[in-house]
Amino acid sequence: MEYLNYVFPNEHVEWGLMIVAYPYITGLVAGAFILSSLYHLFGAKELKPVGRLSVLCALGFGAFATLPLLLHLGHPTRSFFIMIRPNLNSAMSGFGFIYGSYMVLLVLEIWFLFRAEIVNWAKSSPFGFIRFFCRVLALNVLELTPGALRLDHKMAKILTAVGIPMACVLHGYVGFIFGSLKANPWWSSPLIPIIFLLSAIVSGIAGVALIYWIWCFLRRVTPDQRCLMSMAKYLFGFLIIDVTLELLEIIHKAYEGKEEWEMVWHLMTETLGDSMIWIQFVIGSAVPLVLLGLLLLFRPGARLSTFMLLISAILANVQVLSMRFNVVIGGQLLSKSGVGFHDFNFHIWGREGLIACLVIGLMCALLVSTLIKIFNSTLANDAIS
Amino acid sequence: MKRREFLEKCAKAATGAGLMFSGVAVNVSASAGLSKSSKKLINQDGYDWNKHYYGMVVNPDKCIGCYSCMRACSDENDVQDRGFRTWVERYTITKDDKVIIESPKTRDQSTDKDDYFQLPPSKEPNIERQFFVPKLCNHCTDAPCTQVCPVGATYKTNDGVVLIDHPSCVGCGYCIQSCPYGARFWDTNYLCANKCSFCYHRVTKGLNPACVDACPTGARVFGDLKDPESAVVKAIREGGAKGLKRSLGTKPKVFYKNLSQEVV
Repeated sequence: MEYLNYVFPNEHVEWGLMIVAYPYITGLVAGAFILSSLYHLFGAKELKPVGRLSVLCALGFGAFATLPLLLHLGHPTRSFFIMIRPNLNSAMSGFGFIYGSYMVLLVLEIWFLFRAEIVNWAKSSPFGFIRFFCRVLALNVLELTPGALRLDHKMAKILTAVGIPMACVLHGYVGFIFGSLKANPWWSSPLIPIIFLLSAIVSGIAGVALIYWIWCFLRRVTPDQRCLMSMAKYLFGFLIIDVTLELLEIIHKAYEGKEEWEMVWHLMTETLGDSMIWIQFVIGSAVPLVLLGLLLLFRPGARLSTFMLLISAILANVQVLSMRFNVVIGGQLLSKSGVGFHDFNFHIWGREGLIACLVIGLMCALLVSTLIKIFNSTLANDAIS
Repeated sequence: MKRREFLEKCAKAATGAGLMFSGVAVNVSASAGLSKSSKKLINQDGYDWNKHYYGMVVNPDKCIGCYSCMRACSDENDVQDRGFRTWVERYTITKDDKVIIESPKTRDQSTDKDDYFQLPPSKEPNIERQFFVPKLCNHCTDAPCTQVCPVGATYKTNDGVVLIDHPSCVGCGYCIQSCPYGARFWDTNYLCANKCSFCYHRVTKGLNPACVDACPTGARVFGDLKDPESAVVKAIREGGAKGLKRSLGTKPKVFYKNLSQEVV
């Protein structure tokens, strides 16, 4: 019995590029935070130059994480319903609380991490309004005794410890949204949340490595080689686990060989084709794994090492972005009839088009660079000492 | 400022903010009709939703593919361009064992007026057999759409009908993704999901859904599953009726009689 392509008449690709952008951005947030925790909590001293930088990156991306969702919603003005009258049976209803509390934690942690600078500005800025603003930010507490600084440090550490499970929940939850849908054989898998989390860490480390290098480049300063190599090590490790789990999921589906496997195989090889095999697995996974492997094995000179790490970081982000695309869009290309496929048309313009995605990316970049600019001298001190 | 003073002020501010927020939450949930009294709904005609539990039996053997049900549904419910609340699939099994499934196209996908609300005659020369299967929302007992809706805008009534409260819907589309039957569609008019409501506005007045009344052959039987004398219960008792995709555990309340194995 051979079916000819059939899709139900009501089916369309309802979740577009914005729903691809959303997990990518929250992934960067969670990943950057976990990188910072390696320094603040787990004592990876060589990561000091990016310890505070990565928390600022997390805030810069996190501030716009809801924007793709708002652009996607049919009724964005009702978005607060999700917190005011949540249906607690729905995984999605946790979003407002998880995201909201995580952002509060992030802002609090940044406050403790940079309180000394804020207090200094409140005392000594040449501009009156900045002094006033910083005084308000410092909650009118301008003590900077060694004891107070120790307390700041301790609080930041505690918040990091609380933040790690929260970052995992934030991104694991995004994966759960997809993984828990039994109607879709491409999504329905308990591995999806874990894969999302691992790929989040990969994109976060790679993203911060790129931002750190660009920041150093713009200041005409040589990036700290020990820090870069440490990031290369962590990126390599997390990428291995991430790719292994992604392959494991496919192999598991193939080995089980349930009735939907034929469709899934067709989706991977034909419908998604280049986006899955070439971009996600060859260019995005195999190439950076080889590059990072060679880098860590042979430790070439500083310039070549940096170059190899940067290429790997860019490709790792391509991997994660394409993986988000292949999961979100791929799942919808598979018809629920089980015997047909949809086409996906890229929209350039419009609320959910490519241009809107790029604008969101630009806004994230602008906020991250503004935050870095504000705390430039502090971050530069971190990089030296 | 002393640390103690500061903490006292913080505590006062937090208490104030908490009281304000809880006030807003109570107001909004009350205005959105979430008060518990709505659970005991009895309408003006004395209809009590606790006394009924609706379901449908579809008999594909009786369906002649006239699409009257689709037209009646569209007239009754003002169905928009992008989807159907109910549709009819035509299965053509060829002599060389190919299965061709077709259904009328929605208005936005239709290029030819011949394939809107109807299908042109099959041009397949090699037909072994052909039959029609009407499809609609299955009003599942354990509906995945009501489970995933983050704001409870889609919900199950006490009489077993899955409905959408459009003014509450945020338009996330999660319910559309969760429905294994493709019964939900994005309504460009409401900017949220839409689907079959079993013509709830008719049913609660003692009428049948529009598609059931429009069917000339009685291929759709609607009724109260709580009433042992209802036509739907009798049709189920005759045997051979089962729901679609039962392995997913949704417990659909639209049952199909003598369903061919080719049906998706």
